[in-house]
Amino acid sequence: MDTSISSSPLASCHAELGARMINFGGWNLPVEYSGLLLEHQATRQAAGLFDISHMGQIRAQGAGALAALESLLTNDPAKLRMGEGHYTFLTNDQGGVIDDLLLYRLGPEDFLLVVNASRHEEDLRVLRQAQSNRALFQGDPGTKAGMALQGPHAEPILSQLLPAGATCPLRNTLKESKLLGIPATIARTGYTGEDGFEIFASLEDGPKIWRALLEKGKPMGILPCGLGARDSLRLEAGLPLNGQDLSPEITPIEAGLGSFVDLSRPRPFPGRAQLEQTKKNGARRTTIGLVGQPKQAPPRHGYPVFLSGKQIGEITSGVPSPTLGYGVALALITTPAPACGQDLEFEVRGRRVPAKVSSRKFLLKK
Amino acid sequence: MNTPTDLLYAKTHEWLRQGKEGSTVGITDYAQSALGDVVFVELPKSGRKVSAGEVVATVESVKAASDIYAPITGEITETNPTLSADPGLINREPYASGWLFRIQADAGKNHALLSASDYSDTLSS
Repeated sequence: MDTSISSSPLASCHAELGARMINFGGWNLPVEYSGLLLEHQATRQAAGLFDISHMGQIRAQGAGALAALESLLTNDPAKLRMGEGHYTFLTNDQGGVIDDLLLYRLGPEDFLLVVNASRHEEDLRVLRQAQSNRALFQGDPGTKAGMALQGPHAEPILSQLLPAGATCPLRNTLKESKLLGIPATIARTGYTGEDGFEIFASLEDGPKIWRALLEKGKPMGILPCGLGARDSLRLEAGLPLNGQDLSPEITPIEAGLGSFVDLSRPRPFPGRAQLEQTKKNGARRTTIGLVGQPKQAPPRHGYPVFLSGKQIGEITSGVPSPTLGYGVALALITTPAPACGQDLEFEVRGRRVPAKVSSRKFLLKK
Repeated sequence: MNTPTDLLYAKTHEWLRQGKEGSTVGITDYAQSALGDVVFVELPKSGRKVSAGEVVATVESVKAASDIYAPITGEITETNPTLSADPGLINREPYASGWLFRIQADAGKNHALLSASDYSDTLSS
């Protein structure tokens, strides 16, 4: 395994901004600039800009690309229209999650996969192994600069960098355009629960776009945001993190994401039989939302969860929610799942703390 | 980073101020800054006997839960009652109103705490 640390193409921008950096899956990335809480609030109320250069991009292109993806992914790529994207899973033979990713259709036989940094090499290996035409899948780590612009003011900020007359892509679509005259791929998606965009450009041009977005967004309250805020924002939005809420031992159905497993199509994909069985007979485990209380120890990854004094599972991700003022968490538990509103406990440093079962959509939407 | 010269320090980023009613303990400016905004504090019970290096408290930010170690061996005599309502005091005044607990040192026990300048050296190395 490669243990060297990759530097982001936006590293010079982070140094200028005085970011605190950490090693995240082999990438040296900002964890915090002005402070996690400020960054979190800026994204909810105005806009946040995140370095996502570590996110992998794999292009599946050429005759047979659609058939190859249909035979590997849980959501049906044939249902995507040109320019459209959806969330999907690459699963193993047991139906466990190798990676969760966004798949965009650029043409009839032309797709872009945006994958997790930590699974990028593994994804490429699995995709190429399953497909005799290895040339179909291209895209090594670290070849693009990537950034996510997220928040209610994302659209007015991005619009200022687009060519005159051009508009932002619509939700869940992607388009090739220019920002400041620089070629860029823009997808309207994100990992924060807010409106926003993921933008990819060349390694050399990335810093120019990053700096321009911060400058244009300044009057509207934009802040550069680190991995700390990225994690608290995604968890408040109930979005899963691969390696915690998803793993090769957890199926999408157990993770509560069965709606991204399309069994209405004929073609098999890895683990399909197991997932079909699970959908028919019910899963042995399921993922619930869990909320704590203000002034109580917050839920964290790995804490055991109890119902009526009996352990039923454990927290896969937990955080004291900056927006709500109490802890929110996802927990993987044995079925049958208790109803929303039911009292539970989780264990913190040998002590039981009260909690309730909740929807995983923790935020009240405006 | 602010590191007052009249205090003693542990390598694990606690400070200790010796006084008449025992010693007061808190976390350093460096520690509060690294941790970020504190949202929850768990303090030891008064009367608990602790050994130097033992985990006695937990300070939590949005990011993480951090263990706090007893800088000396002794008995906990008091904890800061205002922190449960306003844990952010630890960020705002780490050496004053953000103190964590008081400890009465066991007689005859030597401690191995650092001076302000020696502690500052551990941060830059």
